[in-house]
Amino acid sequence: MTQQAEPRDRSRGLSRRQLLSRSTAAGAAFVIGPGFIAAKDAAWAAETSVLKPATFATLVQMARDIYPHDHVGDEFYVIAVKGYDTEGAAPGIEAGIASLDAAAQGKGFASYLDTGWERDRVDILRGIEDSLFFQQIRGGLVTGLYNQKAVWPYFGYEGESYSQGGYIDRGFDDINWL
Amino acid sequence: MAAPFDLSDDSVVVIIGTGAGGGVLANELAQKGVSVVALEAGGRYLPEDYVNDEWESFGQLAWVDPRTTSGDWRVAKDFSGLPAWIVKAVGGTTTHWAGASLRFQEHEWKAATTYGPVQGASLLDWPIDGAEMAPWYEKAETKLGVTRTGDRAGLPGNNNYKVFEAGAKALGYTEVHTGRMAINSADYDGRVACQQTGFCFQGCKWGAKWSAAYTDIPRGEATGNLEVREKAHAARILHDDTGKVTGVEYFDGDGNLQMQAARVVCVAGNSFESPRLLLNSASSMFPDGLANSSGQVGRNYMRHMTGSVYATFEKPVRMWRGTTMAGIISDEAKHDPSRGFVGGYEMETLALGIPFMAAFLDPGGWGREFTTALDSYENMAGMWLVGEDMPQETNRVTLNHEVKDQWGLPVVNVHFDDHPNDVAMRNHAYRQGAAVYDAVGATRTFPTPPYPSTHNLGTNRMSENPRDGVVNRWGRTHDVANLYVSDGSQFTTGAAENPTLTIVALAIRQADHIASEMSAGNL
Ligand SMILES: Cc1cc2nc3c(=O)[nH]c(=O)nc-3n(C[C@H](O)[C@H](O)[C@H](O)COP(=O)(O)OP(=O)(O)OC[C@H]3O[C@@H](n4cnc5c(N)ncnc54)[C@H](O)[C@@H]3O)c2cc1C
Ligand code: SF4
Repeated sequence: MTQQAEPRDRSRGLSRRQLLSRSTAAGAAFVIGPGFIAAKDAAWAAETSVLKPATFATLVQMARDIYPHDHVGDEFYVIAVKGYDTEGAAPGIEAGIASLDAAAQGKGFASYLDTGWERDRVDILRGIEDSLFFQQIRGGLVTGLYNQKAVWPYFGYEGESYSQGGYIDRGFDDINWL
Repeated sequence: MAAPFDLSDDSVVVIIGTGAGGGVLANELAQKGVSVVALEAGGRYLPEDYVNDEWESFGQLAWVDPRTTSGDWRVAKDFSGLPAWIVKAVGGTTTHWAGASLRFQEHEWKAATTYGPVQGASLLDWPIDGAEMAPWYEKAETKLGVTRTGDRAGLPGNNNYKVFEAGAKALGYTEVHTGRMAINSADYDGRVACQQTGFCFQGCKWGAKWSAAYTDIPRGEATGNLEVREKAHAARILHDDTGKVTGVEYFDGDGNLQMQAARVVCVAGNSFESPRLLLNSASSMFPDGLANSSGQVGRNYMRHMTGSVYATFEKPVRMWRGTTMAGIISDEAKHDPSRGFVGGYEMETLALGIPFMAAFLDPGGWGREFTTALDSYENMAGMWLVGEDMPQETNRVTLNHEVKDQWGLPVVNVHFDDHPNDVAMRNHAYRQGAAVYDAVGATRTFPTPPYPSTHNLGTNRMSENPRDGVVNRWGRTHDVANLYVSDGSQFTTGAAENPTLTIVALAIRQADHIASEMSAGNL
């Protein structure tokens, strides 16, 4: 029974293995991160080694549309999906992005990036959200984006606290608006 | 004879698993002069090893061997390979736990009698009660240093607690405080007071929270009567032709199969691995698994009715600062069927960091409904809901022969369907939790689904009648005189309270029983 359930379940959510491998992958991506951050603006799009630059640009836009945070810069989304720019992962990503563009064309746009409003892209994504490709990208972002230490300050999260002596003298009970 | 013990030494008690049940039992027996070999599948990690990082800590401590899932619970969909969030390490899940330490309420020992028949539920009264357990609870509270018991003060309230308390009071709740926690509010038992670092789930780097890893286990070892074998994965319990257990086969750290002889075997691998071990120990004499003449091994799996409510506010809360779970509302813990369900639930403060919040707030969720919640993370408060769930025969841990672990052993499949009583209770708890936050001006509330199970109970349940369960009032199996179950899988019913204080109290009591049976020549 579970044998049959497994593949479908995998596509829906994160299995433990995916969680773990992705958290490691994100860690690795983070290490190579600073070089990317230095290359701000749009220069990153050209820096792919296997994926076509247009594919990567679409992938980054898709990542932002799945988890949009307007105060978080593109570099964090780039880092989050940079792990797919490998010989092993690229064919699946090229195919996935091609199907995304096909879905966009089905809705009257030249491509996914040709859309104007986020709502148009979200509408396209809703149409493919049960696909393995969408779930792979979304699942990977959960750790790939949110487990980047450098992104935490954008959410106010302070991370590790032991080395600073905890919060006993640093505001564990400083709420003042109640 | 002093530790280390010989593989052929058949005078030792072998304990499988060193968590809340096994770790405490090992120390208690060692203190009484009983020779103990404790087999622990995980490695040893101490406060200096713990990391203030949610995923890294998970990778360090969590049980990640394969398991499979089925049933209508959302965990089977969102986390199909991870039905439970439990630890594989010396000290077991007491490294990860938050420390909430509550006694059962009197009536909860007698759920079948109190609630009456509930369709589809396999409710049963425990063969023991609150009066019998009271002295053992007191010993457990002293061991763990539980706040608000004995003369120990409560912990101070953190930001998350202050929001929770203000909401609770505005709503008219009266049983609200910073909890009964196995976390030091002042230096106690050689451990420092809580420094409010806020990573209780990742192992307390200060040692302010009780964990068997750095209390009971080293103390037991110091007696010379306890040998803990790390990275020793028990595979099968052996027996002789009189039906008594004689030893345990295990894979050592190098992957070699070893056999430790035993006078008594105590199984304490938590509620998936304990029944798995009994089922994997089937023989021609016990074709359905050891101690399974009732057919109850693996059945009646309980995980508590759980869920969370998070809420955002106009201004910062910074809930992650300070203790993860030091706050409780107990007003809904009573049994009041007029609410539309039997049993009750507790509300307890809970904070997750950004990495876990992203994974657990709404698994599978995406788009702005999801991300605007995280954008307000700094202004978020949170609580966990934990209540009694109904035991059901069909909620069950079975062997999945299609999937093998790294030792080639069949893994467990965990099947769980919510009972209508669980659903009614969860919906009530979601409403009340949201009302607490609405009462102090929440701008949005989030009824968050259950996480992979942290409380795993009932799969070798205690019963008066051998037909109804696996173990008797001492945790001794009905079928095999020198085989015991010593963890949360003994639970007949789950009660509304977090289980660990009860697991520890039962382990202390069981040590007393085993030692006296040994000296009486009955073991
Ligand atoms: C994040 C989190 C927070 C929690 N907070 C609380 C709380 O606040 N209050 C509360 O009461 N409870 C809490 N719990 C639950 C609590 O940790 C468990 O109820 C308790 O630890 C269970 O005790 P146990 O002895 O049954 O199993 P465990 O403590 O899980 O110990 C079982 C041990 O057995 C080992 N083992 C398993 N199989 C084998 C084998 N075949 N061979 C050798 N070794 C094996 C495992 O590696 C493990 O070390 C929490 C749990 C989690 C995960
Ligand atoms: S908040 Fe207290 S108990 Fe929790 S990890 Fe920090 S010091 Fe330990």
